[in-house]
Amino acid sequence: MAQVNYFLTEEQQMIVDLARQIAVEKIIPVRAKLDENEEFPWDIMKDMAQADLFGLYVPEEYGGFEKGCFENCLALEQLAYGCIAVTTTFAASALGGYPILLFGSDEQKARYLPDIAAGKRLVAFGLTEANAGSDASGIRTTAVEDGDHWVLDGTKQWITSGGEAEIYTIVAMTNKNKGARGATSFIVEKGDQGFSFGKKERKMGLNASSTRELVFNECRIPKDRILGRKGQGFIMAMRTLDLARPGIGAIAVGLAQAALDEAVKYARQRIQFGQPIISFQALQHMLADMATKIEASRALVYSIARTIDEGTKDTAKISAMAKLFATDMAMQVTTDAVQILGGYGYMKSYPVEKMMRDAKILQIYEGTNQILRNIIGQALNKEYAKK
Amino acid sequence: MLKVDTEKCTGCGECEESCTFEAIFVEDEVAVVNQDACTLCGICVDGCPEGALEIHVGEGLLTTNLSSWKGIWVVAECRSGVLAPVTLELLAKSRELAGELDTEVTAVLMGHKIESKAQELIFYGADRVLVVDHPELATFTDEVYGNILADLAKKENPEIILVGATAMGRSYIPRVATILETGLTADCTGLDVRAKDRALLQTRPAFGGNLLATIVCPGHRPQMATVRPHVMRANTPDPGRKGEVIHILPGENLLSHRVQVLESVKEQAEGPNLSEADVIVTAGRGFEQEKNVDLAKELADLLGGTVGATRAAVDAGWLSGRTQIGQTGVTVSPKLYMACGVSGAIQHIVGMQGSEIIVSINKDAEAPIFDVTTYGLVGDVKEILPLLIQRIQKERGL
Amino acid sequence: MKLEIGNWEEHKDVNVLPNFKFRISSFTLAMNIVVCIKQVPDAKTVRFDTEKGTLVREGVEAVINPFDFHALEAGLQLRDTYGGKVTVLSMGPPQAENALKEALSLGADKGILLSDRAFAGADTLATTYTLAKAIEKLGSVDLVLCGKQAIDGDTAQVGPGLAVRLGLPYVTCVNALSVLDDRKTMHLRRVNEDGYDMLELEMPALLTVLASLNTPRLPSLKGKMRAKKAEIPVWGASELGAKPDMVGLAGSATQVVSTSVPSFEARREMLEGSAEEQVEALVSRFKEAGIL
Repeated sequence: MAQVNYFLTEEQQMIVDLARQIAVEKIIPVRAKLDENEEFPWDIMKDMAQADLFGLYVPEEYGGFEKGCFENCLALEQLAYGCIAVTTTFAASALGGYPILLFGSDEQKARYLPDIAAGKRLVAFGLTEANAGSDASGIRTTAVEDGDHWVLDGTKQWITSGGEAEIYTIVAMTNKNKGARGATSFIVEKGDQGFSFGKKERKMGLNASSTRELVFNECRIPKDRILGRKGQGFIMAMRTLDLARPGIGAIAVGLAQAALDEAVKYARQRIQFGQPIISFQALQHMLADMATKIEASRALVYSIARTIDEGTKDTAKISAMAKLFATDMAMQVTTDAVQILGGYGYMKSYPVEKMMRDAKILQIYEGTNQILRNIIGQALNKEYAKK
Repeated sequence: MLKVDTEKCTGCGECEESCTFEAIFVEDEVAVVNQDACTLCGICVDGCPEGALEIHVGEGLLTTNLSSWKGIWVVAECRSGVLAPVTLELLAKSRELAGELDTEVTAVLMGHKIESKAQELIFYGADRVLVVDHPELATFTDEVYGNILADLAKKENPEIILVGATAMGRSYIPRVATILETGLTADCTGLDVRAKDRALLQTRPAFGGNLLATIVCPGHRPQMATVRPHVMRANTPDPGRKGEVIHILPGENLLSHRVQVLESVKEQAEGPNLSEADVIVTAGRGFEQEKNVDLAKELADLLGGTVGATRAAVDAGWLSGRTQIGQTGVTVSPKLYMACGVSGAIQHIVGMQGSEIIVSINKDAEAPIFDVTTYGLVGDVKEILPLLIQRIQKERGL
Repeated sequence: MKLEIGNWEEHKDVNVLPNFKFRISSFTLAMNIVVCIKQVPDAKTVRFDTEKGTLVREGVEAVINPFDFHALEAGLQLRDTYGGKVTVLSMGPPQAENALKEALSLGADKGILLSDRAFAGADTLATTYTLAKAIEKLGSVDLVLCGKQAIDGDTAQVGPGLAVRLGLPYVTCVNALSVLDDRKTMHLRRVNEDGYDMLELEMPALLTVLASLNTPRLPSLKGKMRAKKAEIPVWGASELGAKPDMVGLAGSATQVVSTSVPSFEARREMLEGSAEEQVEALVSRFKEAGIL
């Protein structure tokens, strides 16, 4: 049966094969255990490092492969086929690394990117606070200049890989009066004086990923840890998210594909009324819709990622579309997969209940899907004003 | 090379279908061989309804004067002062073969302070026992055991040498066969002889038991095989049997070895070891939690068996890696194999499908384990095992 | 009656084994490791035809023998620790090049394919001769590593046979190993039915390894890219200087005369009813079989 041809190059196919191999051999056998024990997947992170995956987006001069958003999406989709909690940990490291890549000085790049590319140190991205979720201008964490140092005070909330990562790119206010334009980005390292971690959150899903508070209590960091210039923090965060959002779309596609595979496999095996339940049209239609939506999402994510890699400017709208459409789809497909497995689907001994629990986060993190609709809507308003 | 007799070939295409390597195909109604792709496996030769295919063998290094090689040897294995059950099984089989070949059965007994076992070997069917008792043989080394056996074989010219396919046998017997430049068939499950040319027909599983191949060693002597424990039946010992015991003094030159045994450690396994157990109860993913695995242990104890594990049960940390059955674990063939909560991944099935009776308990009636099952029970192991244990206890009056 | 046997010197004289010559490299500087791998049908894709008694070719994928991954991993770890080179050898049809490329993607330094029409139909006797000739041609070796057995043939004979051909000491079924400070002596754990033996030997040597020895690494993206471009030399009988009557079918002592596929269908009985009824039925089957 013909499959959609996305015209991958040999190298891109290698990335797909390698990420799939990690998902099948390393992630799937342990995903239920990691979920159950809320365990951070260090072993798998080491496997990914050994397989060179952390270097995908890093320039060659720093030991990476200098690949684009598209290759990153290819890897994330395959890893997510195994487990999106593990994949989120991997993706969060890229999210934390992008600000250094995009805005770091040559000296900062040389200091951090080689270790990041080799997977020796994980990175985390710290934007969210208790009162600054969708509204980033609510950030309360402050950074004050003190001689050769910056002094940080405040608490970041729900930071993926908090406590496990060694490098943190965070946003703090350097001028509260300027609102969003008073925000600045900094690099903080685990072990910096006055930098500690709060409690580990317990979650509905995504349990293999660590989610913690970053606590800055008169945290002193050297002057040269500032990323870019003062006041660029918010714009940096937005640029970073624009680059990362298609990746979340790709994670959604991988997860939905895994749910569909489980659903079809089950529907072909499960006998009721003397026949496999896949022979019932009600189920066939559900599966057909799932498969079609997955393919549509994949096509959308791939083409948007490729557009970004062409160097296109101002990608906020299309990046948001890639995440919005694919993650809503993944929620629906994983829910339908549970429905198809019926009572078994609701049981922990089958993998689809975890997929459904995990899927929900995709509609929430890296910009809720409501915020993404705002971004798209505002972009439309702007576009049509020009016409 | 593979040759087609074009007179006989009808172009039926059986060979084309049977070839695993796409090396033979029908063109203009006659079979054509792609000699580059052909591996000479012989499957098409076997399957040709017209007998039109033949493999031509070149001149190999054949053993000269085949008829000067006489007698069947069984190489005994004695661990911790006990003869391995497979040795006794082989003696019974050898008696049968010796009858057909009109020859005698010799047992070779190597070790230290094992002389008392010689009589036992006679009771179980040996006509003659060659005893090599030496302090250097107290611990097993491939080199010394291999050198002595090879040397003995060169002096005595047996036509057949049979050894248990134990860890030890499978380790040093290839050494002997290579020194003697003869064929060796590993891990056989069936033995027979073809009277007309005194060929030993050696049947062995390949592809993890999915394929049974019958192998001969036509031009070389001795014909050597290691034989899987537990597939043949030992005779009841006959204390009245008489035989000759010959003591052999090995030359010092055979006793040097480059591998030193520092320590031999027995691991206290519960029940008999897997490869020699009559009953194995295997725990798989279906047990869901470690504490439930006790049910498998209880059932195994009750049936005088031992517990095996699937990869999933080992990965979950419920059972030790050395109990893992399957492709990269142990291959077993007990009388009764109970697959409990085992779905039957092919990697597991290849390690146990040679078992005599396979009972499978799984809640998924479509699980692949049922494809190789003798008796299948559909249900949750956590429900069925306690019932079964209770029922067997009742049967035993416990 | 007493009989004296054995004379190692005489033993050597009557020995028809070719005398292989290879240099033992100066291991204090670097370790020359040879890993022998085999390409086998992937158990997950193999189907069998019960009527014809043969393997069904369609859809079968070829993979590296599972045990050989562990042998390769052991080699790579030793190289990474002590320096040196891992050379991977495989005898097989031209497609076995893929297995060697996969080994390169995992980090092996060099792959060599032993492929020749004349090698076809080889049993373990002919295979060990061919591999020994190839190692002789390589010229220098400290350690030869093999998987415990191949999952298609399941013989476990190539490792020991190859060691004898090369005149090397060997240990089978290794599941732990260490190299001592002299970088010459190895301590090994060999698993048997009752437990294990702790052994000591000096390199050069040959080991066959169990899956429990290590966890094989994944390929890396760099490795995959390198493997894609790598040229795999192919050595045939003439490159090896192998005697034609010692390779392939001609050099084999054993021959397959027939194959069959055991069928399980016929004997299968699904017990029916409630859990209690199924257990009752099983108990009566156990009684019939003399188990109870």
